[in-house]
Amino acid sequence: MKEKIMEKLFLATACMSILAVALICFFLFANGLPAIAKIGPLEFLFGFDWAPLNDKFGIVPMIVGSIYVTIGAILIGVPIGVLTAIFLVWFCPKNVYKAVKPVIDLMAGVPSVVYGFFGMMVLIPMVRNMFTGNGYSVLTASLLLGIMILPTIIGPSEASIRAVPESYYQGSLALGASHERSVFFAVLPAAKSGVMAAVVLGIGRAIGETMAVVMVAGNQARIPDSIFKGTATLTTGIVLEMAEAVDLHREALIALGVVLFVMILLINFVFAWMKNRGNS
Amino acid sequence: MEEKREAECVTKNRQNWKQKLKAYKRTPFSFVLMLTVLLSAAFTVFVVAYLVLYILGSGLPYLSLDLFAWKYTSDNGSMLPAIINTILLTVIALLLAIPMGVGAAIYLVEYAKKGNRLVNIIRITAETLSGIPSIVYGLFGMLFFVYALNWGRSMIAGIFTVAIMVLPLIMRTSEEALLSVPDSFREGSFGLGAGKLRTIFVIVLPSAMPGILSGIILAIGRIVGETAALMYTSGTVSEVAKGLFSSGRTLALHMYSLSREGLHVNQAYATAVVLLLVVLIINGISGVIAGKLTKK
Repeated sequence: MKEKIMEKLFLATACMSILAVALICFFLFANGLPAIAKIGPLEFLFGFDWAPLNDKFGIVPMIVGSIYVTIGAILIGVPIGVLTAIFLVWFCPKNVYKAVKPVIDLMAGVPSVVYGFFGMMVLIPMVRNMFTGNGYSVLTASLLLGIMILPTIIGPSEASIRAVPESYYQGSLALGASHERSVFFAVLPAAKSGVMAAVVLGIGRAIGETMAVVMVAGNQARIPDSIFKGTATLTTGIVLEMAEAVDLHREALIALGVVLFVMILLINFVFAWMKNRGNS
Repeated sequence: MEEKREAECVTKNRQNWKQKLKAYKRTPFSFVLMLTVLLSAAFTVFVVAYLVLYILGSGLPYLSLDLFAWKYTSDNGSMLPAIINTILLTVIALLLAIPMGVGAAIYLVEYAKKGNRLVNIIRITAETLSGIPSIVYGLFGMLFFVYALNWGRSMIAGIFTVAIMVLPLIMRTSEEALLSVPDSFREGSFGLGAGKLRTIFVIVLPSAMPGILSGIILAIGRIVGETAALMYTSGTVSEVAKGLFSSGRTLALHMYSLSREGLHVNQAYATAVVLLLVVLIINGISGVIAGKLTKK
């Protein structure tokens, strides 16, 4: 009897995640979709003007901002992350690994406000002095996000590179290739699907990151014409304007959240698909 | 001539660095590859080291007793109320999330049959949850707990929001921990006549404890560092929350407010030090636990 009750109880706790996803979907869509309908889906998704005071709610500037910043982060974070993962597996003496691995784990644990604060205090003056503008820019946000997604990229990449059978490496070596060539042209291609999955995960992290971007991106809701200009993203729009938003503006911000949510769902879907393909 | 051949015949893993350098002379491309790998790794380590040392270096001088005054005023920028709120929020959120997460993991590992439809749905939703960015959790918490349930901006709204947020993390780590318990443990327990429940609570859970614990510690880190999910749920009142249904800001939100206002940069540095120390300690503890795990 007790056994049966407890089994049902465990089942109930397991269903909590289903309930949570259902509630999240329901409340976001129920609050966001009416706003999109009110503004007009075309005007909302393809409008170039975000001017809440004039009742203009076109989110193209934010989407473009998010995409710019994410591309920048990927350009910076992916090469460095993947190369670091290669280092950890194939170039790193054991005692060095013991020192470097915790450092990368630490990186994943640093809160985004601390990253944002670091960006504000260190990266912004750096960008201002080295280039033009006031430092609050697409470039700064990309740099900071590129750093922040490093652990997301390194973790899965390292695992998938490590999972490649050593015979690949040995075979290449036996054919006369150098250590580096063997790693880069025999091992790395075999780990491709895992590395790509890590990149997708990194994209998701970069698009969803909020506080760190708010602190360095400048937050002007217009399409930036250079990487030294500030920009707003989907996430910064929500978090900054929600405080004083009312009525349609508030609903539009929730709709912005819906767009972000759908983008993340798509990315997750791609990630799951890639992981499955890598397994089979 | 004979000597040179011998040098080249030394097997690759026995070469000393001089011989290696000599080998690179013939393969400059490999040398470039090796350099980029080393530089990237050095960059990664450099960034982390710089960040930690920079925050500690600029913040430690500003850590004063004033910052731990009982009441927050705009003069002292005290973080004590925020620390108390953070502890309160973290503890209660964990009390909610741990039974749910560990219970779900027990169901998935001990009860569910393989290939069960429901299990697949549970896994997919858990994976979805872990991919949702914190700002979306914040929006949901605001719409559901703050407005729909009419709890207002309050600790309890924040607690439920972050509890949902860390649920997939606890679920996944607990599941891995339970899976790593060898089946012979369970069989032995059944063989001695113990029931399923007793086996789970007396045999399986204690053996899986280190893994579950390290997941919980990761969850603590996630909650302590959270900002976007709490801004519009637990709110930004800078005092110790009077109760679960009143608002109070956590340390991370406190730091965000300080650095946004631009008036309390020194206090922001000091707060960053405290946040970073918490993260360092959490990582240290989970490292120790992980070390114990691998020793077994």
